[in-house]
Amino acid sequence: MSEDRKIRVLIAKPGLDGHERGARIIAYGLRDAGFEVIYTGLRQTPAEIARAAVQEDVDLVGLSILSGAHLSLTRKVLDRLSEMNASDIPVIVGGVVPPEDAETLASMGVAGVFTAGTPVSAVADFIRAQIAKKTD
Amino acid sequence: MASVSWDRLVDGVLSGDVRSLARLITRVENREPGWQEAMKALYPASGKAAVVGITGSPGAGKSTLTNAVAGLFAAQGRKIGVIAVDPSSPFSGGALLGDRLRMRESAVHPDVFIRSMATRGALGGLCQGARDVARIMAAFGKDLILIETVGVGQDEVEVVKAADCVMVVLTPGQGDGIQALKAGIMEIADIYVVNKADRDGADEVVADVLGMLSIAGGEGSPVLKTSAVTGAGIAELAEAVLAGIGRAKNRETWLRERVKAEILSLMENEILNSLVGKFGKNGALEKAVSGILDGKSDPYTAVEALLPGLSEAASGDGRR
Ligand SMILES: Nc1nc2c(ncn2[C@@H]2O[C@H](COP(=O)(O)OP(=O)(O)O)[C@@H](O)[C@H]2O)c(=O)[nH]1
Ligand SMILES: [Mg+2]
Repeated sequence: MSEDRKIRVLIAKPGLDGHERGARIIAYGLRDAGFEVIYTGLRQTPAEIARAAVQEDVDLVGLSILSGAHLSLTRKVLDRLSEMNASDIPVIVGGVVPPEDAETLASMGVAGVFTAGTPVSAVADFIRAQIAKKTD
Repeated sequence: MASVSWDRLVDGVLSGDVRSLARLITRVENREPGWQEAMKALYPASGKAAVVGITGSPGAGKSTLTNAVAGLFAAQGRKIGVIAVDPSSPFSGGALLGDRLRMRESAVHPDVFIRSMATRGALGGLCQGARDVARIMAAFGKDLILIETVGVGQDEVEVVKAADCVMVVLTPGQGDGIQALKAGIMEIADIYVVNKADRDGADEVVADVLGMLSIAGGEGSPVLKTSAVTGAGIAELAEAVLAGIGRAKNRETWLRERVKAEILSLMENEILNSLVGKFGKNGALEKAVSGILDGKSDPYTAVEALLPGLSEAASGDGRR
């Protein structure tokens, strides 16, 4: 059964910006791509996100950040994950991210960065490939 | 990444490791080979927890109430597991699991573990799946496991039916909705909760439920008003839940029935899986389908041919 094992992802919005639309589009889009999507809503703390990721045993965490604080928020989420012994869960970031910041995120260990407007199908393909790589 | 062995996960669960708990749940939910062995190993440690079912229409406030009750129980020093079930999309097979959104306050408590679960297909059975997850949480050391499910499908009714205590959540403005609610759901309730009592119309719903109970002979079941938003009635609800759990221990016939139902459901799955595997692989199933479509056979004859002797065996004892 493991070939068509369900992929579980957490879509989370850390930080204080109240723009939920992007996160919701991704959440619904990934559901329609056949994923089980845990959606936790606005203004999650990095600790809450890491806890949810561990308890839900997700294959991947997607962070939607539009506040401009993507570097510091992502760093905090990665730190919390690592404190919970869960650094192996890949993290991707979506939002308004300038190219130089995308590089910084990659060097922190972020698996992928998607700027606003990336089609959901591209994100879904990326996640599938990411997970295939991990299970090899 | 090499996958961790079942043994290590089982040990992890029994020694209170949260990641092992979460991972083992995934593997059992996916019915990965070896899952039964893991469940066998965990079973002896899973006996002490109680399971509470929470059901009702979408939007009734099940998640918000679960959060409130879980928070209160955790503050009393109990260890809480939550299983939040939401439907899978029949089209994509995916699911949007959003119950955690309403459980933020209790989720931060170190003794609360929340797991979202999609109904998925019929394979394996939602009821057995949820039961297994509850059992894993119990073996981990949870005292009380709350299962939230939308009371629509038959599968979901089965889930809460297996709980030690079942609460049905209603809301004001649902007076007529009570009739509309599945008969099966009202029958399995141990506690009726009229939530959103901060709004007008709660008393009418309470009266409707009491009226229904007096007709159905269900007097004595508590009917409680709550507001998951203001917190009114939550303490009383928590007490009613504990009382309901206490009563479950004395329902001996029901306890036997519950075990029997579980054995039958596991057998059904085993049999179905092995038949689908066997007849799928050797092509017999497709051949039978073709035979019926070509007008050479019918479904009844096809089943008899696939399972020769089974129907006689079943009626064998009853031969006149
Ligand atoms: N006014 C009021 N709103 C409530 C109450 N409980 C829940 N809600 C709201 O009802 C909506 C649905 O709640 P939710 O817990 O997600 O319902 P569920 O679908 O049954 O799990 C949310 O907007 C809640 O904030 C309550 O007691 N009073
Ligand atoms: Mg809910």
